Amino acid sequence: MAINPQYVGKTFPATEPYQVSREKLREFADAIGDTNPVYRSRAAAQEAGFPDVIAPPTFAIVISVASSGKALADPGLNLNYAMVVHGEQRFEYSRPLVAGDVVTAQSTISSIRDVGSLSMMTTTTEIRTVDGEHVCTAHSTLVERGA
Amino acid sequence: MSDQVSYDGVSYDSVEVGAELAEVSYPASRLSLVMYCGASGDFNVIHWNERIAKSVGLPDVIAHGMFTMAQAGRYVTDWAGPKATVVEFGVRFSAPVVVPDDDVGATIIVTGKVEEKLDDNKVALALTAKSAGTKVLSRARAVVRLV
Repeated sequence: MAINPQYVGKTFPATEPYQVSREKLREFADAIGDTNPVYRSRAAAQEAGFPDVIAPPTFAIVISVASSGKALADPGLNLNYAMVVHGEQRFEYSRPLVAGDVVTAQSTISSIRDVGSLSMMTTTTEIRTVDGEHVCTAHSTLVERGA
Repeated sequence: MSDQVSYDGVSYDSVEVGAELAEVSYPASRLSLVMYCGASGDFNVIHWNERIAKSVGLPDVIAHGMFTMAQAGRYVTDWAGPKATVVEFGVRFSAPVVVPDDDVGATIIVTGKVEEKLDDNKVALALTAKSAGTKVLSRARAVVRLV
């Protein structure tokens, strides 16, 4: 059975506030093998014009998945997670995430479509500070392979 | 490692549309994937368990798509320099990066080209990423704001 098309347009509740920390950014930078000092050193980040250590561009996925994961787990969506692969990913940033930011993420299912034996679903997740400032919008397309 | 930002990056004025960026190779080992599991929270077994990866039809353990995207992100930010900010970044995952258990792992080869110069010091890059001769990212594009 395919993904339930009635979920298009459904918005899920925002996540609890997530605090971006220097230690987590360093751990993430280590994991992707990126030695850029702006992800590790406050002094280097400030020299480059940022208030504190910044996040690598794809770090936003860690925060957006915390939100979109809840949407995917909704049983009414009828997503077969074992058959899912990541099809596309896109980020739009107003600014980099910075250590000390406290943000929430909120996901909306923006499209569900069938292409042959595949079902494709795109979620759009808005990451904002708790004060409402937009930081990043993440668009994730998951592809469910037909059984 | 130095905390100093030693490279200012490219200036908007010096960038020419059509310019090809130097190719860079990034390693992806089993250790990289385990570290990425921990840092990202994505513990999908296909990224660390060969037995299960093969049982669902994969040739071997595969890298997280987001790990591959992160390497393309490194490529962009290393080229653009620490003062630049990524405004948009999107990819399509066209094939998995297969990571064998041979103490070497896989190599992800990234190339880029200046596709367009936009207003407000922004530059669009078209990116390619290959592993073992296969295109692993397609429609990969980043927009960065240079200084």
